[in-house]
Amino acid sequence: MPQVSLTVNGKQHSVEVEGRTLLVELLREKLGLTGTHVGCDTSQCGACVVDLNGGSVKSCTMLALQAEGANVTTIEGLAKPDGTLHPMQEMFREHHALQCGFCTPGMVMSAIDLVRSHPEGLTERQIREGLEGNLCRCTGYHNIVKAIAAAWPLMHGKPMPAAAE
Amino acid sequence: MGHEGIGASVRRKEDRRFLSGRGNYTDDINRPGQLYAYILRADRPHARIGRIDTTQAAKAPGVVAVFTGADMQAENIGGLPCGWQIHNKDGTPMAEPPHPVLAVGKVRHVGDPVAVVIAETRQQAKDAAEQITVDYEDLPAVANLRDAVAPGAPLVHDDVPGNICYDWHLGDKALVDQAFAKAAKVVKLDLTNNRLVPNAMEPRAAIGEYDVPSGDYTLYTTSQNPHVIRLLMGAFVLHIPENRLRVVAPDVGGGFGSKIYHYAEEAIVTWAAGKVRRPVKWTAERTESFLSDAHGRDHVTTAEMALDAQGNFLALRVHTLANMGAYLSTFATSVPTYLYATLLAGVYKTPAIYAEVKAVFTNTVAVDAYRGAGRPEATFLLERLVDVIAHDTGHDRVELRRRNFIPPNAFPYQTPVALQYDSGDYAKTLDAAMKAADVAGFEARRKAAAARGKLRGLGYSTYVEACGIAPSSVVGSLGARAGLYECANIRVHPTGSVTVFTGSHSHGQGHETTFAQLVHEQLGVPFDQIEIVHGDTGKIPFGMGTYGSRSLAVGGSAMVKAMDKIVAKGRKIAAHMLEASVDDIEFKDGKFTVTGTDRSKAFAEISLAAYVPHNYPIEEVEPGLEETAFYDPKNFTYPGGCHICEVEIDAETGVPEVVNFVAVDDLGRIINPMIVEGQVQGGVAQGIGQALLENAAYDGSGQLMTGSYMDYTMPRADNVPNITVGTEMTLCTHNPLGVKGCGEVGAIGSPPAVINAVVDALRDYGVRHIDMPATPQKIWSILQAGRPRMAAE
Repeated sequence: MPQVSLTVNGKQHSVEVEGRTLLVELLREKLGLTGTHVGCDTSQCGACVVDLNGGSVKSCTMLALQAEGANVTTIEGLAKPDGTLHPMQEMFREHHALQCGFCTPGMVMSAIDLVRSHPEGLTERQIREGLEGNLCRCTGYHNIVKAIAAAWPLMHGKPMPAAAE
Repeated sequence: MGHEGIGASVRRKEDRRFLSGRGNYTDDINRPGQLYAYILRADRPHARIGRIDTTQAAKAPGVVAVFTGADMQAENIGGLPCGWQIHNKDGTPMAEPPHPVLAVGKVRHVGDPVAVVIAETRQQAKDAAEQITVDYEDLPAVANLRDAVAPGAPLVHDDVPGNICYDWHLGDKALVDQAFAKAAKVVKLDLTNNRLVPNAMEPRAAIGEYDVPSGDYTLYTTSQNPHVIRLLMGAFVLHIPENRLRVVAPDVGGGFGSKIYHYAEEAIVTWAAGKVRRPVKWTAERTESFLSDAHGRDHVTTAEMALDAQGNFLALRVHTLANMGAYLSTFATSVPTYLYATLLAGVYKTPAIYAEVKAVFTNTVAVDAYRGAGRPEATFLLERLVDVIAHDTGHDRVELRRRNFIPPNAFPYQTPVALQYDSGDYAKTLDAAMKAADVAGFEARRKAAAARGKLRGLGYSTYVEACGIAPSSVVGSLGARAGLYECANIRVHPTGSVTVFTGSHSHGQGHETTFAQLVHEQLGVPFDQIEIVHGDTGKIPFGMGTYGSRSLAVGGSAMVKAMDKIVAKGRKIAAHMLEASVDDIEFKDGKFTVTGTDRSKAFAEISLAAYVPHNYPIEEVEPGLEETAFYDPKNFTYPGGCHICEVEIDAETGVPEVVNFVAVDDLGRIINPMIVEGQVQGGVAQGIGQALLENAAYDGSGQLMTGSYMDYTMPRADNVPNITVGTEMTLCTHNPLGVKGCGEVGAIGSPPAVINAVVDALRDYGVRHIDMPATPQKIWSILQAGRPRMAAE
């Protein structure tokens, strides 16, 4: 069986996988990182989103072998070792942006990428459009949008530019 | 009780684990030696099964076993039971055809399970299943209601004539007929309530485990009610006594009704684990979810209202066909009867109501309760009908509603369709919603929208629902085969911390937080020293689980009862320790005090004394501090309110957009406003989904055309607006907390508000009614069909 070497949450792994093994299967079944979820088979729901080399990817849509040499961060790798939550995690909690929690890991990973890639600020419309690839059935998105807007200043260390609000 | 008691928006206890990826959902669990099940499902809607050849599959790499319906039949495995027996108009019981776990003789819908492959890996099981050959003899199929009841329609079950499961009615037909004969005006509306797929984001999953030395079975499953699954599967299907069967429903990723029912896969993995003597895991792929989770709604209805000249409602007559799918799911039969027709009074004092409901078998996935269950169907019918009455008679739609509201001084109000509403104030929620939605400014917004090429409309829905289900004696007399009480066990530990074991189940509702707030309020125990345990029949007393917005009204009331017992016992212990009479001990703010003195004992001192009973009234009081209570509600609870929706339709493309949504609901007392608001917003988003986007569509041959997220339109973040939530409060009069429930109101109240807004936006196009979902295609066709009668300014 072929082998894939990659870094996940700062830790190096070399794992034997089948050619058809998906990145999400590697994470969940080989590495025991069950925070990354599978909610559909068609790349629609986004529950499986992880960070790969600084950008968000749907880990159900990538073969494990394609992640050779990659640096992957999953939801388990976001908080600091002392347990301090990432500002996005903290704002999701503060604004009740999760209910059943199943879409949450993917939603948080996508949200971080969205905020990070918009240093100029984000409008509500941009946040909503930026979440196109993530389904949530519980919250109606209202509080997720609020949480992301609230996380922007914390992640960028400055107030959201007025024009973006 | 300060900032963590009743009324405080306490941030949730459960969030940290969910936000850190440390939730424990069924598919996250792996048991030592675990095998994987893949289920081969029917690829056609209706066929006689000939030979099933599993020889090649059984020899495939990694395969441990292959089973078919014949294997289960040989061991006298029972069929999946239905939990509610409805009686026909003539008093005879409904048709209740068998529902084999794995198909026997025939397959009756696409997705019907035919065989299961158990293998070392998921992929091996799936690969091997491709090597099973099934000889089918195709039969004609019926996929929709009208086809299924047509003369000469193919029969889903050979011994169920006309595909009629039951022909049921409710209300006084003679009285209604009289009122129609005398009416100044009759308004009639034909409508459908579109078929939906609940689509909890976590696909269903199950792990069966058999412990060889003890002979005990464990089932991990994505369930809203593990005890109900244990009872149904143990007693009716697999014949395993309760003491040998543990059912665990760990973190569950959303339910919305779809995870209430006992499903075939639960029985398959549990039984198969016993056969192969290793744990067996099954996880649905999303398309399997579409083909095997119970669907919701799917009614075809004709409704008629008789009116006098002033617009007073005199009588309502309703005929409904309700789709059951191919088999009866656990509570399917109760949905279009006792959860639907009993709600047809709505918020109106209509004096006479008669409803006829025919439940119909079709070659489709089973249909059962989905968020709201029957009540959204009743509400959509009523609130659409009221708007159509306004349209046809020229009455103002708000004044028409006000004229017919049950007035606040009429409670308790006995409806003509069995229910007795305990409290409510419908004008108050209407007024508050109109203010919050700035109805006064609407005409200006409509004009401004027209200038931008948009057609703007505003729609109302004023509704009531019945939840907090339910009084056991009442539902028992109506055919329920279960009681609907709830249990709570409150275990006070020696140092005064508390563990609550509740029969309610949390799959997004935040019980670990709300229930802890209740305990904090009543016992004064610090919030972080309270733990809520649910979802494991090995730990908690027999409970009925979570659905029908019942957890706080029924489960919370059981907790209050159990805590009352704790306090009563604590007062006896305190009286002894403080050398006072029990009657002189009061309990407040976590302290037992001799009335009128400063002599007191803290709660933790009493709990310690209970477990270290040295100075203790041992003759009268047992050691320990742990109490159990079961609470059976006296009535349903009746949340209600008003939803107002504003839409804008692009006049060129027909694309509708919800631009404002206000929900003002009367939910009784509120424990955690933040969680309540979230529940309402989530429900409204599902209601907007039903109204504008979602539709489970079968083609004429019985193939599901919307079997993935590529085809079934789920609401996404840019399909829904910010949702303004307000609350008004009249207390429930019959439970100790005065709570009514909030889980379903959003999905119940909102769909007609959206459609009424769409119809209002198209008012110049002569539109009287649009069936859900109001897609851009439907609206565009209306826009193309006729130029507006009056040009929009």
